[in-house]
Amino acid sequence: MSAYAADVLTLARKDLRLELRARDTVPAMVLFVIAALVVFHFALPGASGDLAAYGLLWVALIFTALLGLVRGFAAEREQGLLDALVLAPVDRSTIWLAKALAMLAFLVVAELVALPAFAVFFSSVSAETVAGIALADVGICTVGTLLSAMAAASRTRELLLPLLFLPLAIPIVVGGVGASVVGEPGRYLGFLAVYDAIFAIISWASFEYVVTE
Amino acid sequence: MAETACTLQRLRRTSAHLAGGAETREAGRGVRLGASRVTPMIRARSLSKDFGEKHVLEALDLDVPRGGFVLVTGPNGAGKTTLLRLLAGLTVPTGGELDVAVGRALIGFLAHESLVYRELTAIENLDLYGRLYRVPERRERIGMLLERFGLWRVRNERAGSFSRGMLQRLSLCRAFLHEPDLLLLDEPFNALDGAGVDLLERELVALRPRATFVVATHDPARLEPLASARLALA
Repeated sequence: MSAYAADVLTLARKDLRLELRARDTVPAMVLFVIAALVVFHFALPGASGDLAAYGLLWVALIFTALLGLVRGFAAEREQGLLDALVLAPVDRSTIWLAKALAMLAFLVVAELVALPAFAVFFSSVSAETVAGIALADVGICTVGTLLSAMAAASRTRELLLPLLFLPLAIPIVVGGVGASVVGEPGRYLGFLAVYDAIFAIISWASFEYVVTE
Repeated sequence: MAETACTLQRLRRTSAHLAGGAETREAGRGVRLGASRVTPMIRARSLSKDFGEKHVLEALDLDVPRGGFVLVTGPNGAGKTTLLRLLAGLTVPTGGELDVAVGRALIGFLAHESLVYRELTAIENLDLYGRLYRVPERRERIGMLLERFGLWRVRNERAGSFSRGMLQRLSLCRAFLHEPDLLLLDEPFNALDGAGVDLLERELVALRPRATFVVATHDPARLEPLASARLALA
């Protein structure tokens, strides 16, 4: 295993262990997404059909991810630990990649609960929707982790992160909803893959500048 | 106190002075080293740092030779912590030049915060940093440090349950773990009890011959015997 991969693994394992101990992110995400789907279930008129429901699923997923991202660098922020990680002789992008992987794991756990709940409240989830969600998760976590690190340095982080993240999440919603509702979702899935690739590269390359002044 | 090559010029609003001249003498050995013949560990020229309108450091010139031990003193807000953060590369100077001869792998940094994860145990924290710093024989080194700093008994307890003094001991373990060449210590005696103070003094004496130190402190008298120079910021 390369040194880069070993560092990513070390840091990601640390984030997963922290969550297993503290349990302050994933349970909140799960409860939020279930609560959102329940609210949407009662808010959506009966004759609305599946198209509107898929739209609301994506809204719920984006806001659930946002909830996790707000807590993304909470441990580092509250205890000044980002300094210690930045000072370590590792490629600083490993901090971003490890955090993004941990966030991806949290989001997948929330979705493993959310999708069956969606099937119960609205309609079954197609394979195309699952593929769209998988691709969207990558984009959400790569961009969101970068923005979470940026916001962590600000006193108004809870306000700043949604303001930064939601505009950048619009293409994800467009691609995700498109992949969920059209007959030929290939174009939308391709769009999500391109989004993932572009923003993963941008986030990977720019993380060092975000965490150093 | 032996003289060192640390110099500090008072320029514009910087009001600081350094005890010591332009020549270097290795502390405790009486060996004279010309500053020009050795690569300085730290070299700063016209170093300044502003936070918005506030000038925290201004036009600071500083040379610290390898093996030097500089005490940084000054009242709250004088810029001691900012100077250490600049030297560690954690913040970028507003102006001037700063060269630190060693990379991140060889810097040990003790901050105001403990820089350990409260949800991880003492041993897990040190293992994390040991992996990131690629410490050889990591487990043995961690065990030895925990034993030496009186934390072996609580090695499997979460850092969040530690007292402030125990956290400081763990932070010192973290800073010393990778045997750094340059130690940047911000108030290292903070929160330590009598036994902890004695322990740290012994550690510093042991490390003194093979590392360079920049130590910010409000209690310089305690470290005066080890110091080669003093930098007073105001």
